[in-house]
Amino acid sequence: MEEIKMVNLKINGQDVSVPAGTTILDAARKAGIKIPTLCYLRDINAIGACRVCVVEVKGARSLVASCVYPVSEGMEVTTNSQKVIEARKTTVELILSDHDKNCLSCVRNQNCELQRLSEELGCDAKRFGGAVNTFDIDATTPYIVRDNNKCILCRRCVAACKNYQGLAIIGTNSRGFATHVGAAFDKDLADVPCVGCGQCINVCPVGALHEKEEIDDVIAALQDKSKYVIIATAPSVRIGLGEEFGYPIGSNVEGKMVTAMRKMGFNAVFDVDFAADLTIMEEGTEFINRLNNGGTLPMLTSCSPAWIKYVEHNYPDLIPNLSSCKSPQQMFGAICKTYYAEKLGIDPKDMVVVSVMPCTAKKFEKGRANQSAAGVPDIDIAITTRELAKLIRRFGLIFNELEEGKFDAPLGISSTAGLLFGATGGVMEAALRTLADVLEGKELDKIEYTAVRGTQGIKEAVVNIAGKDVKVAVASGLANAKVLMDKIRAGEADYHFIEIMSCPGGCVNGGGQPIKSAYERNNLDIKALRAGAIYAADSKSELRKSHKNPIIKELYDNYLGEPNSHKAHKILHTSYEARKKY
Amino acid sequence: MARIKISKVPFAGTPEQEKALDAKLAELKLVPGGLMPALQFAQELYGYLPIEVQTKIAEALDVSLEEVFGVATFYSQFTLSPRGKYQVSVCMGTACYVKGAGDLVDALKVKLGIESGECTDDGKFSLIETRCIGCCGLAPVMTVNSNVYGKVTTNQLDGIMAEYK
Repeated sequence: MEEIKMVNLKINGQDVSVPAGTTILDAARKAGIKIPTLCYLRDINAIGACRVCVVEVKGARSLVASCVYPVSEGMEVTTNSQKVIEARKTTVELILSDHDKNCLSCVRNQNCELQRLSEELGCDAKRFGGAVNTFDIDATTPYIVRDNNKCILCRRCVAACKNYQGLAIIGTNSRGFATHVGAAFDKDLADVPCVGCGQCINVCPVGALHEKEEIDDVIAALQDKSKYVIIATAPSVRIGLGEEFGYPIGSNVEGKMVTAMRKMGFNAVFDVDFAADLTIMEEGTEFINRLNNGGTLPMLTSCSPAWIKYVEHNYPDLIPNLSSCKSPQQMFGAICKTYYAEKLGIDPKDMVVVSVMPCTAKKFEKGRANQSAAGVPDIDIAITTRELAKLIRRFGLIFNELEEGKFDAPLGISSTAGLLFGATGGVMEAALRTLADVLEGKELDKIEYTAVRGTQGIKEAVVNIAGKDVKVAVASGLANAKVLMDKIRAGEADYHFIEIMSCPGGCVNGGGQPIKSAYERNNLDIKALRAGAIYAADSKSELRKSHKNPIIKELYDNYLGEPNSHKAHKILHTSYEARKKY
Repeated sequence: MARIKISKVPFAGTPEQEKALDAKLAELKLVPGGLMPALQFAQELYGYLPIEVQTKIAEALDVSLEEVFGVATFYSQFTLSPRGKYQVSVCMGTACYVKGAGDLVDALKVKLGIESGECTDDGKFSLIETRCIGCCGLAPVMTVNSNVYGKVTTNQLDGIMAEYK
């Protein structure tokens, strides 16, 4: 093994030894010293642009940006001298001079990195007057709202779009004072191949990017006594929601979450995990049919709406590879408005189904064509985990003091295979659990498929099922998905089944999850911590296979017939359309 | 100053231009950092960089259209508007400027309904501000294509423009 060269330096008079190549920022963090940052994001945005992280280096001509400046032997660094603090303060005051400071009504009020920096540095927000840029707000899509009046040009969103997703839909246009973040030809977001993943929102330090909120629609539905209002949560919501109420990252708050929703007055509190189980039945059966009957392979999963939109824009030739299964969200709504509405004797028009998702693209998916099993949209309102937290606060519920509740039967009953859908590799593992049992024709003890677990961008495995080697691949982050798609397109891939989730690490790290500051993003593996909570819950569960879910069995026996039946196809499957890229 | 104005003049590239661009892009595809030379070549070839041309560059070099646009709008050597049938240039050299060239530009912007560097939607007039063109004795000076007008006042503008209707 090659020996790592260590470098010795002094930071604020303290001796520090770090590997060569380490930045001053990281060396300081290791020594327990925090240097504030703004534009820096580990792995994706180290551009030294904002100058908030400047420090003094003895002998250097000027202050240096610690996020990009590597350490050297004998270096003497000061991170908190008067000169440094004054420089940071002036920098932030200059940024504030061209920032819409309407903080009280801002979606990021009290969760804003600029606000925090301004407070920490004791800034005078009105120190510099002068010219201010004004922009129209782009609210043209159902998922993301862009407000450039708040934008501070840190370029973190640009880096996320390009590096996580390989898309570069947004970038910096023009130059100098006129510089602004926008799409090609300054088009509206609705007119460019944005997939709506929301990763840009998650990295935005301020309120320049946020989801299009549907909170008021939820409240209006609850007020309307002629409506039967159902709410259901995706797997990752229970894992992320606690962070909005002070719980550490990776806390599973399912019980309190259920109670909170019940106290808001929903007629039924259900679980989209149930529909994830249903997805496994339909998608698993579709896969077996494709495998045995020479269908198009590899089959690609269809749970992630940003991924679907990505294929439609960028790989329309691979649309036949996509599973025709609706996503769990849409299957859930479809079952509510057919099976469950019939069971209750309610006109589906009088039913409002609210889904809570770790996702912004779900707001687009619910409005897609061919997603109306009962002649009305399967899902009426799709809110993010963040919006649910806002609702809980708006309803005056003291989250931490709520008792633990349980989802309502029947559509709140699920296996923890369904829960796995929240983490990259989880859909694949859930599918393999069921596929193996079905194809072997017996109940297998093997449940954990660890080869498809973990947060790395691309995973591959060969699984022997009933004497046949099934080659699977899993990717999260569309930049990683692109690698696999290019291989398929070039005819260089021999996979049978591929799971794709648009967001790095899967839905637990989705664009609708609680926003973490750059400091947390840079120093913690958020997606791994959240995924850990999913696997912990699964390992303690009694019901870990989708096909063992009693309600799923009942649904097929009494209503759908069998997986992929004509009726199941009508209610639970959909179609896709090629979309233009330019 | 919000959005960058995009010319509505219909794209009128010729098959010869397309062929030349394709050949250049095939060559630049293999060069790291080929975007700048591609944009420079296209600017020279077409006189401006419409979406049709930028899309072609993005596809050939496998970069996103936004990345192409970001570069094209960063450097002042690139323009998004074509040259009009009549290019109206106002000298903004020192002598012309102190003699009121700024007022001429302001008046022309209003009359033509465009900003400097832009072209009217019908493709007829484009407006630019130039550096000293070397006839300071005639200040303020403007030109329409190769015709030179000296000692121009704002109330002469209607008459001058009428020559090009």
